[in-house]
Amino acid sequence: MKKKIVMLCIALGGAALAADSLLINGAGATFPAPIYSKWFSEYNKLHPDLKFNYQPIGSGGGIKQITEGTVDFGASDAPMTEEELSKAPGVVHIPTVMGAVVIIHNVAGLTELKLSPETLSAIYLGKIAKWNDPALTKENPGAKLPDQAISVAHRSDGSGTTNIFTDYLAKVSPEWEKGVGAGKSVKWPVGIGGKGNEGVTGVVKQTPGAIGYVELAYANQNKLAPALMKNKSGVYVAPNIKSTSAAAVGVTIPDDYRVFVTNSPTKDAYPIAGFTWLLVHKDQKDAAKGKALIQFLWWAQHAGQQFAAPLDYAPLPEPVVKKVETTLKTLTVQGKPVNVAGS
Amino acid sequence: MLPEAKIAIPRGEARRLRALRRVNVGDSSYNALLWFFGGSVLVVAGVIVFGLWGTASPAFRATSVLSFITSTNWDPVQESFGALPFIYGTLVTSAIALLLAVPIGVGFAVFLVEMAPSPIRPIVSFPLELLAAIPSVVYGLWGLFVMVPWLRSSVEPLLGSTLGFLPLFRGPPLGLGYLAGGLILVVMILPTIASISIEVLRTVPSSLREAALALGATRWEAIRVASLPYSRTGILGAALLGLGRALGETMAVTMVIGNSPEIHASLFAAGYSLPAVIANEFAEATSTVHTGVLAALALILFGITLLLNSVARLLVRAVTKGYAKAST
Repeated sequence: MKKKIVMLCIALGGAALAADSLLINGAGATFPAPIYSKWFSEYNKLHPDLKFNYQPIGSGGGIKQITEGTVDFGASDAPMTEEELSKAPGVVHIPTVMGAVVIIHNVAGLTELKLSPETLSAIYLGKIAKWNDPALTKENPGAKLPDQAISVAHRSDGSGTTNIFTDYLAKVSPEWEKGVGAGKSVKWPVGIGGKGNEGVTGVVKQTPGAIGYVELAYANQNKLAPALMKNKSGVYVAPNIKSTSAAAVGVTIPDDYRVFVTNSPTKDAYPIAGFTWLLVHKDQKDAAKGKALIQFLWWAQHAGQQFAAPLDYAPLPEPVVKKVETTLKTLTVQGKPVNVAGS
Repeated sequence: MLPEAKIAIPRGEARRLRALRRVNVGDSSYNALLWFFGGSVLVVAGVIVFGLWGTASPAFRATSVLSFITSTNWDPVQESFGALPFIYGTLVTSAIALLLAVPIGVGFAVFLVEMAPSPIRPIVSFPLELLAAIPSVVYGLWGLFVMVPWLRSSVEPLLGSTLGFLPLFRGPPLGLGYLAGGLILVVMILPTIASISIEVLRTVPSSLREAALALGATRWEAIRVASLPYSRTGILGAALLGLGRALGETMAVTMVIGNSPEIHASLFAAGYSLPAVIANEFAEATSTVHTGVLAALALILFGITLLLNSVARLLVRAVTKGYAKAST
């Protein structure tokens, strides 16, 4: 009897292995996890013999795992540094979708807040400490700004959101760049830390006079009213999917895509936006997996982009997709180029 | 004197002896198994320390242990790290938690064992068990959305206006901060302390209590001279278990402590704790120095727990000795 059960198990296991002929493993950023799982399930409908397994363990984990070669692809909200790339030669960045960081606040009676880069950086540097500061009242004519202290909230956990936000502040404020810098975790001059988007939202909602930053997708899903940011062209832009995509237009995108598209000069672009990337090896070692992965990336750049907006991600603008196409054509499997568009 | 005689073993006896030997084999393997279980705890602790040390060593190559422990600067961008704000925050929140939870928990236990009429005992002790079963993230959310606003609008202004002459209760009432972290820990370690104290107080022989009463002691005096001294080692143990949980609690504390790596005398100010910073930054730490210092913080937490446990053990021993002397 026991023997029979063992045999049955082996037979079943073998059958399962035979049916799922291909499993591609990935790990990394949590921010794009919803769109990636949507893509994987949609792509699986087109290619039932191909399955993806994605573990959203954080960008840092994604970079570590692709470096160690324990996954077929990694994912990150922040481009790899030179130091990280030197340990993982041959890894390329493929931008997939875009996200934005929005400013939320808790001031009674204030519906629409307008912020310039100078005031935002001054608030986060602790230089503007009251809501009725002349700099704020000048930018928000007609708005009733109270004589109330500003409580600054930021992310306490290391995150790509913080990376984009601090990169923007470093670009627009020399003082920020010198004193604080940009990174996934920084030494904040002022403020309280909340864990995750929900933690920051919690602090902002609970503290009268608070200001904080969260992801656009999170703000949209939770119906938070974000502030309008003045962009490089001097226009106050509301963060939404269109203005986020526009941030990647009119910026020079380097060939390795390791770029923050914050402070975009485009007229209708929201200035605190950025890419999220998949990390893959330029030359794929496994013939079947490599080909499938490259074809999936091609699909994600084209048919896949339509799934972005319903999940509150901004699709890549056309010029970026065109550029990624040329990059995907340079990817190889065991040294040989692949028919990227699939069969 | 009896003549030497060859002992003839009867058949049945031989079988019995063989069986006995078999039992002995079982005995020795059982013995070995227990040694293995006993040793495994040590091995696990050793492996943890060894692994942490391995991960932490790049950090100690970058800075000395002493400057790491005494520095208050925490700047991941410049890779300059100091552990003091986190050590301070962990100790302060745990101290608040113990100072409040021990009297409340022991008082609760005394009430339940000595005073409460038996029909209401289960009514009171059931919610206590329920409190122990709530996951810490639920405590954290409750803390953030219910306790923190209450602290900001009522408790902290009141403390500030009445006890504001102490540096502990100065500054703007933020809600989030050391006080919130400590209070959430009070709620979390209270069930541990209370339920163990209840068990300990139940073991007090009723003859002791009756003797005290027979000598003319009031109910309170009987508790004070008979029940509490008899169970004080157990109560200390309960406090120790509570302290262990308070030191290591991560999720609930990080949601209410404010997560800012600074040292303030005021309990109203935002701080940070060792487990909180590890949980916050580890997932996204990519440089070896950054992961290294986080592992080093874990080692420090390990060290603090070890140190406080040893001190408490010595305390227990001293107290037991004192009690033994007093009672003879």
